[in-house]
Amino acid sequence: MAELKEIQERVYPPMVEGDHTFATVSDKIGDLTLKKKTPYHWFIGFAIAFMVAQLLLFAVTTLLARGIGIWGNNQPVGWAFDIINFVWWIGIGHAGTLISAILLLLNQKWRTSINRFAEAMTLFAVACAAMFPLLHTGRPWLAAYWLFPYPNTMGIWPQFRSPLIWDVFAVSTYATISLLFWYVGLIPDLATLRDRAKNKFFKFVYGALSWGWRGSARHWHRYEIAYLLLAGISTPLVLSVHSIVSFDFSVSQVPGWHATIFPPYFVAGAIFAGFAMVLILCIPLRVWYNMKDFITDTHLIYMGKVMLATGLIVVYGYAMEAFFGWYSASEYEVFMVKNRIWEGPYWWSYWLLIFCNGMSIQLLWFKRFRESPFWLFIISLVVSVGMWLERFVIIVTSLNRDFLPSSWAMYSPTIFDWSMFIGTIGFFFTLIFLFVRFLPIISIFEVRTLLPDANVHGRQQDFDESVLEVEYTWEKTDEPNR
Amino acid sequence: MLMGVVLAGAAFFAYTQLARSSYLTGRYLEKQQPVQFSHKHHVGDDGVDCRYCHSTVETTATAGMPPTQTCMNCHSQIWSDSPYLEPVRASYRDNKPIEWERVHDLPEFAYFNHSIHVAKGVGCSTCHGQIDNMPAVYQQNTLQMEWCLACHREPEKFIRPKSEIYNMQWQDGDLDAKERLDLKAKYKIRSKEMMTSCSVCHR
Repeated sequence: MAELKEIQERVYPPMVEGDHTFATVSDKIGDLTLKKKTPYHWFIGFAIAFMVAQLLLFAVTTLLARGIGIWGNNQPVGWAFDIINFVWWIGIGHAGTLISAILLLLNQKWRTSINRFAEAMTLFAVACAAMFPLLHTGRPWLAAYWLFPYPNTMGIWPQFRSPLIWDVFAVSTYATISLLFWYVGLIPDLATLRDRAKNKFFKFVYGALSWGWRGSARHWHRYEIAYLLLAGISTPLVLSVHSIVSFDFSVSQVPGWHATIFPPYFVAGAIFAGFAMVLILCIPLRVWYNMKDFITDTHLIYMGKVMLATGLIVVYGYAMEAFFGWYSASEYEVFMVKNRIWEGPYWWSYWLLIFCNGMSIQLLWFKRFRESPFWLFIISLVVSVGMWLERFVIIVTSLNRDFLPSSWAMYSPTIFDWSMFIGTIGFFFTLIFLFVRFLPIISIFEVRTLLPDANVHGRQQDFDESVLEVEYTWEKTDEPNR
Repeated sequence: MLMGVVLAGAAFFAYTQLARSSYLTGRYLEKQQPVQFSHKHHVGDDGVDCRYCHSTVETTATAGMPPTQTCMNCHSQIWSDSPYLEPVRASYRDNKPIEWERVHDLPEFAYFNHSIHVAKGVGCSTCHGQIDNMPAVYQQNTLQMEWCLACHREPEKFIRPKSEIYNMQWQDGDLDAKERLDLKAKYKIRSKEMMTSCSVCHR
């Protein structure tokens, strides 16, 4: 019997550790928001993030006052930090959607305790991403008109054959669905917070946000359907959004951009970068807030494995890019590959990229590194840098040596480019800190479903557990089932 | 329900019309100029040719504003002590150009060249209206992109023979459809695709 249980734990490791009941889960997660004193490291973290976010204020104000000439991009490198950072942020968001939608549909239990903040991460990352193309127009208040040109006095419509306009629809759909998904998932938890809040003001706010949720069977029924539908809608978005982002490049004719590998390679890169960011967020979070029971080592190991798998796809993409260059037999493509890898002025960025994305993840083959939160954290940081470099390499090294040698020029970012980029990181973490403070960072009611209490009738994973069921029932009946 | 649809439709229509209104485009708005100069008098009554003042219209991007010397060609002889013309004489004395208020102001991102339009049979009045009837010149058209494109898409509807470019009385109906198409071929006006390519106007 004990043996059977051991095997089961190896195949299906428990996703909640420690001795939890429904009530302790609500306490542990809900109290972070409602009862516990805000820990001092929250204030330190928030203060740093908020100060860094001021760089964004500085960069954007200067931009609006003086125009996009303050940025370093100019012909032939017409796209640089603005699109690098856009793609980087959008990519980071993808892990959230993958966790919340695809893993839900695939019935992966380990998504449950990380989906909430992964989705929040998605939302905040999309917000950061959207800033870049909007501000690149220099006049964001007009950009809304260019994108939805009503009334149209131009006598011409946006070019619907251009991936740039698909991008607008893809990203705005993505933002809308992510917001809905996140919010719908929050409603039962907001109601829990409403019921537990002592402070009148918070009771009112959480009450208003939970839309009168009473937890009746009908509510749950509606909720389950809505959540499943949203998961169904989100699932194709995981693949489509970054495919379309990659079309921004691959539909053009620039050597280094015009490659058929781009969509899958970008999607894999997005999930790769996203999981790195999820790890960066959850490793400190689970320590600071003592959430190791819910975000277990198993979660981290699984995420490490996803990173390794997607990272290898990305590395395959790098290999294919070089191969395509050679196989095309086009002198421009061959030149681009040479220029990118060893002849050009940005060769170092390529090798740094290979180090960050290609070499660092090889450590994840080893159990020792996969099971060490410290190493996972370090590798995730390195991968985040690497994924940023990937976009830098694709964009800058392809453009700075274009078809016309007379127009070749170097690109270097200005202080405003850096301020804006670093500012969005500050903005992102400011939002994350606010989220951690005011909303349940882990889905309370979904974690409850993982508890043995929720499975008294034996609805465990597909495993022969008819014997275990009896054992569970016996073990648990004397506990109060709240 | 029906009422709501009608109202929404009306509101949308009003909204689209507002975007084309003279309030936003500056159309029909007469500008106060430093000199009370009347195009009606000079063009309509006196029959001065457009090119007498706007002398570079056939050769350069801008039609050209006349130097004060051009005014003084006549006004040193006639109306030479009219108080209306004091700003002109002052400009001439001090060698300081008159600062006219621009009536037709295209945005900087739109490239416009007068000479090519004149060379391909677009008459003055097609865009500027009947200047010979305007005491103070105002903008006759919206200058919105859809207005530019209306002609770039179907230039044959608007062109006229070379001899009629400066004719203020010319009507589009003065030629029949076939004559216009022949004229388009004669001027070697490019295809609609070329004429509406982005970089024709946004360079």
